[in-house]
Amino acid sequence: MPDYTLRIRRYNPEVGEAAYWEDHTVEMKSHSSVLEAILEVKAKQDGSIGIRCSCRAAICGSCGVRINGKPGLACNTHLQVAAARGAEGEPITVEPMGNMPVIRDLIVDMDAVHWKKIRRVVPWLINKEPIPEREYIVPHENMVDVTQSMACIQCGACVSDCLSMEVDPGFIGPAALAKAYRFVGDPRDAEQYERLKDLAEDEHGMYDCTHCFNCIDACPKGVAPMSQIMRLRRIAGTDHKIEDRNNGHRHEQAFVKNIKRNGLLHEADLLPDSYGGKLHPRAAPELIESMPVAMKAMARGKMTPGKVLLHPHKAPAEVKQIFKTIEGRPKREELNLYVSGYENAEERGDLAHVPHADDPTPLNPPEPPTAAASAPPAEPEGGDSI
Amino acid sequence: MKVAYWPGCVSRGFTPELHGSMAKVAPLLDLELVELDRAACCGAGVIAEHNQELADTLNARTFALAQQTDGELMMNICSTCQGAQSECQERLDANTEYREHVNSTLASEGLRYERGLTNKNFLWLLVEEIGLDTLRSKVKRPLTNLRVGPFYGCYIVRPADRLGVDAEHPRDRYLHMVIEALGGTVIDYAGVYKCCGFPIVTMNKHASLTMAGRHLGDAIDAEADCLVVPCPLCHLNLDLQQPAAQKVVARELGMPVLHLPQLVGLALGLEPKELGMSKHVVRPTAVIDWTTSVVAGTAA
Repeated sequence: MPDYTLRIRRYNPEVGEAAYWEDHTVEMKSHSSVLEAILEVKAKQDGSIGIRCSCRAAICGSCGVRINGKPGLACNTHLQVAAARGAEGEPITVEPMGNMPVIRDLIVDMDAVHWKKIRRVVPWLINKEPIPEREYIVPHENMVDVTQSMACIQCGACVSDCLSMEVDPGFIGPAALAKAYRFVGDPRDAEQYERLKDLAEDEHGMYDCTHCFNCIDACPKGVAPMSQIMRLRRIAGTDHKIEDRNNGHRHEQAFVKNIKRNGLLHEADLLPDSYGGKLHPRAAPELIESMPVAMKAMARGKMTPGKVLLHPHKAPAEVKQIFKTIEGRPKREELNLYVSGYENAEERGDLAHVPHADDPTPLNPPEPPTAAASAPPAEPEGGDSI
Repeated sequence: MKVAYWPGCVSRGFTPELHGSMAKVAPLLDLELVELDRAACCGAGVIAEHNQELADTLNARTFALAQQTDGELMMNICSTCQGAQSECQERLDANTEYREHVNSTLASEGLRYERGLTNKNFLWLLVEEIGLDTLRSKVKRPLTNLRVGPFYGCYIVRPADRLGVDAEHPRDRYLHMVIEALGGTVIDYAGVYKCCGFPIVTMNKHASLTMAGRHLGDAIDAEADCLVVPCPLCHLNLDLQQPAAQKVVARELGMPVLHLPQLVGLALGLEPKELGMSKHVVRPTAVIDWTTSVVAGTAA
């Protein structure tokens, strides 16, 4: 069996010393997990190492750590995979997750950050009334859709590496927003609008996600939190026209209008339009604040007054027609690959969800429940009972 | 090699030096660029969060226009375009029924997207198509002693499976490899794979500029002479907004940020001015000084 050296981050606040790295070498099988190696070190070399773990089977979500810089579960990361992430012959670094205070060694305070934010999004179903005599009947694809966020095991890996939380700890963050979508996307929930409105009122809400995709790569269960955040934005902005405190929806509207008109992005219009237009009182302070930047850019020849004031390009008629056709549809259409699966799953060579033969491949998203749709669907055929 | 060339919006808007430097560098790499001048914005992820079908259709149109050219593949010079387009292409390629549905919208223009387009950022093309050996052989002014910090940003490396980052294609090391092939010194610092903050600059300016300011500060602490970015949106936050970021993080910055074609162009012997470096908000003085010292050295 090969030798593996773990370089473990140690920290004990009771001692009052700064955190430090400590190396331990163990003989393990290459397909053993990093957790098994830590427990081996703990059993035979140093019993004082702090690690939280329970199921050892990627179900309980207790053993979230950073391994060679990447967040994940120690129990489902093989030693050879972990070693391959670093330089050859170098130790495997194991450190506590980020964005949360360290309690001791590899244990972080999940209550202080993660659980607080999960509680913030009202993480339970608010039943639609009247409650049916028997079960709710829900379309199959709706349930498959929310199953993706239900797969979350609350390990905190996405929270650990969220780049928005790194600079703004107030941000609700990927795990809680994915949890929010779990109920926003559930047709049995009575308060879709209220939930979205609440997130829009929060100055650290869903529009603070910076599209960095870290949470998608961090999640050991394929929850893709950022994709759920984008679903929240689509339903809030496009379907419910909810304005948020952070200008996210207005920015999105301004961007879409900009492309519809110009074909290519005309940056000079985007900023004022994001604040309601050049003449809007909200735009004035932003424009004044941006003046030094704009002046410098002009001085350097990055932009010219002509480029700023005129519209150098216009969308071809064909592009305008695409906007007209799609925005004119009675209902927004989207393809959810988690529901439909990949026809080319084999050539992708990954674990993409492969649909059952009888799964529908809907072009439409799960129906956003509206007031009119609050009664349970009339047709039980083809639906899943919950 | 002939490629269908998608420059994106920002390279023709607020970072004209990117489009310009690509045009100068292409012939030196025997690249023929067939510009897709009728294509529309990729949506930068923002149109997709408004209406996914709209973003998919606009990009399917761009792909169809690229497939009408005689280019071997499609090339872009913007990571954000790469990421947004890869996301749309993933859906279009994964489901025939959906692709046909999108194609039906394009039919009135006589366009049709056929599954399986190859769309590569200039960075990927450099490593995978041109090859580092060929690139090395074309270097006229090796970047000796120039300390370059790679800044990948997000859209070109994540999510890893969609962006094709694997053991065979270590695309998350390509900037490192290109800097080395050009003779430069790679500087690793905390921000190499982090977000520049640009996507939230109108929503949460403070958080956005804190991101930019911290990465620039980390690169200064690691003693980089300059950063190199494959994305013009990163350039906007790291260069255009640098004076503002400086105030937010309360430290003096002054870190030059180069576009990838500019860095390549320098090594291939082009002058900073013809690569548009005078258009940067933060003057790349360290880089220009380095150029003159090297030229003087070569002449002597």
